[in-house]
Amino acid sequence: MRAPLSWLREFAAIPESISTEAISDAFIRVGFEVEEIIVQGADLTGPLVVAKVLAIEELTGNKKPIRYVELDCGEKQNRFVICGATNFAVGDLVVAALPGAVLPGNFAISARETYGKTSNGMICSSRELGLGEEHSGIIVLPAGSLTVGTDAISALEINDVIFDIAVNPDRGYALSIRGLAREIAGALNVKYVDPVDALKKLDFKKAGDGVTPVLEDGASVFYLRTLANYKADALTPLWMSRRIEKMGMRSISLAVDITNYVMLELGQPLHAFDRSKIKGNLRVGRVKKDQKFTTLDGQERNISSADLMVMDDNGPLALAGTMGGLESEITKSTTELALEAVRFDPIAIAKNSRRHKLSTEASRRLERHVDSSLAQYASARFAQLLIDLGGATHVDTQHAGEPRFAPIVKLDPAYVSQILGYSIAPEKIREILTTIGCDVDKDFNVDPPSWRWDLVQPADFVEEVARMIGYDAIPSLLPPRPKHASLTWSQKRIRVISSALAARGLSEVQTFPFTSDAIIESMGYVNERAKTYRIANPMSEDFPVLRTHLLPGLAAVASRNIGRGAKDFAIFEVGSIFRNSKDLVAAISPELEKKPSKAKIDEIFNSVPNQHLHLGAILVGKVEDVSWRGTSRSYEWSDAIAMAQEVLQLCNLEYSVVRSDFAPWHPGRCAELLIDGKPVAHAGELHPRVVEQFSLPARSVAFVINLSALPQSPLVRGEGVGAMPPALQDVALIVDEKVSAAAVESALRKGAGDLLESIVLFDRYDKMGDGKISLAYSLTFRAAERTLTGAEIAQVREAAVAQAVKDCGAILRTA
Amino acid sequence: MDSKEVAGWVKDAQAAFLVATDLDELKSARLAHMGDKAPISLASRSLGSLSPDEKASFGKIIGDAKAQITSALDSATRKLESIRDQKVLLEEVVDITLPASRMHRGGLHPISIIKNEISDFFIEQGFSVAEGPEMESGWLNFDALNIPADHPARTMQDTFFIEPLESGMVLRTQTSPVQIRTMLTQEPPIYIISPGRTFRADELDATHSPVFHQVEGLVVDRGITMAHLKGTLDNFAQHMFGADVTTRLRPSFFPFTEPSAEVDIFFNGRWIEWGGCGMVNPKVLQTCGIDTDIFTGFAFGMGLERTLMVRHGITDMHDIVEGDLRFTRQFGMGL
Repeated sequence: MRAPLSWLREFAAIPESISTEAISDAFIRVGFEVEEIIVQGADLTGPLVVAKVLAIEELTGNKKPIRYVELDCGEKQNRFVICGATNFAVGDLVVAALPGAVLPGNFAISARETYGKTSNGMICSSRELGLGEEHSGIIVLPAGSLTVGTDAISALEINDVIFDIAVNPDRGYALSIRGLAREIAGALNVKYVDPVDALKKLDFKKAGDGVTPVLEDGASVFYLRTLANYKADALTPLWMSRRIEKMGMRSISLAVDITNYVMLELGQPLHAFDRSKIKGNLRVGRVKKDQKFTTLDGQERNISSADLMVMDDNGPLALAGTMGGLESEITKSTTELALEAVRFDPIAIAKNSRRHKLSTEASRRLERHVDSSLAQYASARFAQLLIDLGGATHVDTQHAGEPRFAPIVKLDPAYVSQILGYSIAPEKIREILTTIGCDVDKDFNVDPPSWRWDLVQPADFVEEVARMIGYDAIPSLLPPRPKHASLTWSQKRIRVISSALAARGLSEVQTFPFTSDAIIESMGYVNERAKTYRIANPMSEDFPVLRTHLLPGLAAVASRNIGRGAKDFAIFEVGSIFRNSKDLVAAISPELEKKPSKAKIDEIFNSVPNQHLHLGAILVGKVEDVSWRGTSRSYEWSDAIAMAQEVLQLCNLEYSVVRSDFAPWHPGRCAELLIDGKPVAHAGELHPRVVEQFSLPARSVAFVINLSALPQSPLVRGEGVGAMPPALQDVALIVDEKVSAAAVESALRKGAGDLLESIVLFDRYDKMGDGKISLAYSLTFRAAERTLTGAEIAQVREAAVAQAVKDCGAILRTA
Repeated sequence: MDSKEVAGWVKDAQAAFLVATDLDELKSARLAHMGDKAPISLASRSLGSLSPDEKASFGKIIGDAKAQITSALDSATRKLESIRDQKVLLEEVVDITLPASRMHRGGLHPISIIKNEISDFFIEQGFSVAEGPEMESGWLNFDALNIPADHPARTMQDTFFIEPLESGMVLRTQTSPVQIRTMLTQEPPIYIISPGRTFRADELDATHSPVFHQVEGLVVDRGITMAHLKGTLDNFAQHMFGADVTTRLRPSFFPFTEPSAEVDIFFNGRWIEWGGCGMVNPKVLQTCGIDTDIFTGFAFGMGLERTLMVRHGITDMHDIVEGDLRFTRQFGMGL
């Protein structure tokens, strides 16, 4: 919302001595963010005069049209200037910069030879004067609006400061000069005159029958003023068109300009209909059946009962509070008008605006609550201006409904201090609330002003007091706090895992959790890993669903890094995945401002699907950086499995390992890690198809751990280790190559019993032929309290081997 | 055998050790002067045949002599070992400036680093770290936070909606639903922060990302005032941006707080919008069943990306979201 200082000063007595910066700071202090301060005219010096076009000579033979124009600038002699614009005719009033003038951008005007003529000045466009972006033609002033030779800088009110203010959505009243002037007057503690006070005294005589308003739905009060004898050729006065332009809008025609002007001045959107096109009464309500309707912008729209409309007996005339219809528009032949001013239901207008993706100056205000009393006063202001400026006469004023206002709130002045944390005298509170327009009685029953729909509970008044004093007055204190807090064990675990991986040379990345059905399918995900949730309005149709696994995103990041020159690296991500584990139920929306039942809360929590936290990693290229020591080996399937196992070991969790053919891994080179029989991780070499799809180096490897599935680490019972010597025994076993190392180790452990301290596979030989392999283990035995005897050692060794023979068909390899 | 003779053996031994030029020569000298056949060893062995008086007096002379010889040997050994070390080990010198580390350089993502840093700061202040789901019920993300159905934040432009739309399920637009979850399930006093991933349907550009992170704080306790909010933010800002940073609260609007404010920091010579805050709207407390006659609260929220960009002078959001290792590795472990 723009606010020219010259216009603010009409209602707020801002002294000349207060600087632009001080005004801006005051706006910010009371909660109005000044996004831009536009200083018009600061870099413009005259002479700039109003001139009349006396003659035009078209110069031919140039690439573009060039005119040689004779101007009356109110001087003794006429001037001749060269002009490239063509939007003017003999007799028009224009703005001429004379030699000596300097225009914005340090553009000095002087007499000069051009196109074989002497140009003694320049006819100006809006942009050349720094007034706006308009540059399609020069400024043509309304005929007779000014005398030739008048100083245009003052006549056009060029010197001005315009504040561009971001108005928060709860302060619809500030989308008007009236509202902003009140705020700045309060902030600067200067006198404020409410323009509505004068309008309350206006009285129009009934001179005939006008259009009757009918309120069916979606509004509280509806004023209709019928006017006749409007002179459609009446021109908008310069003061009004200049103000409209300073607000960033364009002057169109007198009747339309007045509706816009009153809206900008007071905040009430108005709509003027050509009365001759209205059949019967004017109703605010809804259509009974779906139909087409063309709005002023020429768009044909589908209208249904979801839309609030302004209608006559023939059908819709306007999309209520949003945009008028093409059919009932004011035209050059309009003489009778019906002026609509309605206090619409903000939600109805918000829905109109969203449904039709049409945000207008009117809808922006109406969906933010307009002062309920303004339907009457703003329509009176329109009538007054149209009578004064357009020669119109009042025919009839009728209204339906009555304004409704925010209720009276009982405020405890002590509550204000309690919330703000410092003491404020009740009289100060009363003074501030009065300044913003409230009536406050001796018991602090506060009646909010008609324009403040946002003041409904004591806390709302606390903010008013705080901002008018200034938030800087609030002291800075630390709250009383709990004596202790800590991360949860699962939060600590994520930190430990992430730090451990980073210390091992992995870089953490974060990817967007968006993917596509095609990617899910190409990775080979099936069942629960293929079912996801779809975004109704995705950023890109290429990624319309939520990820079910981390690897596609990681592979894409790996691929991007390779594309940028990286070769050997490892990356990981910790993030949520979204699997469609349950059908979504209809939204559960219990009543607000009271606590839902325990059952209802559980129902809401349960309606949100589980979103497991995964850890994923991809390792590509060499295990080590290129070095003067030589090239290291490439990552292989066992590196990924080892890293996944190390993460579980870091968490002190017992796990088992089985082979898996899980996608997107190589079906023969994927390990599944299980805890208590439940899969918690997969690791190994990526499927060659996936490697190719993402242009990764051959045999890139990856692991994924479902962190949400990992149980809490058990409390460790620290057993004493003793000082007895170990006994080392090596055994070599020949087994079928299909027998897993894990199975052999498990058998050895089982057979060896409690004296076995550790077991290490130190050799694997797969060149025996006949589908046999040799596995050589080193077994460490130890007793806590004594040295083991040779006989004991031999006995447990034999027991271990016997178990492997029994469970795995192993044969002891003898030297 | 008399004491003069013994003193002579000592002198001989000392002289022999002194002239030895390496450890091998010293070994020969030791055998000659301390070995089984050395005069002092022979004298020592003959002590047994002496009378008790003689045994006592000669025993002491020989004992002292042995100690002197041993001491001379020790110092000669130390000297010659040191000479050997200097010579031999110097031949094994290497260029210790050769690149030593071959391991890939790893690191945490800067968003994790700043999230950890903020969490640690607030844990020290007695706050817990609360978390919640990223795909969230619309009631928790909007309604319970006093964001009415037709609030602009609920329109298709800002929020990612999940199909079917009737489910009201959204990708959370803020971490505030974690505040609601906490207040619905815990009794005050509540002191939490909720860092996490959030979503808004903004195109990725230099300063926006459809997927970003926030940290929010919530305090609900007896006698909590806006002064406590200000103090907490001052403390937080100084921790993040340095002791000389100043903060400014500006009146603003958020449906879930009343009064509401924007918090700005004066950093590197200019005011920068850092986040939003305010006193928890009593309507929100009531929806969560918290007695507003007893308890009041404050809340605040900041973007982690924005905090990171301001503090570390990062100018392009793409660097934060693309996962380029060259960017991430600059941050190491953040300590």
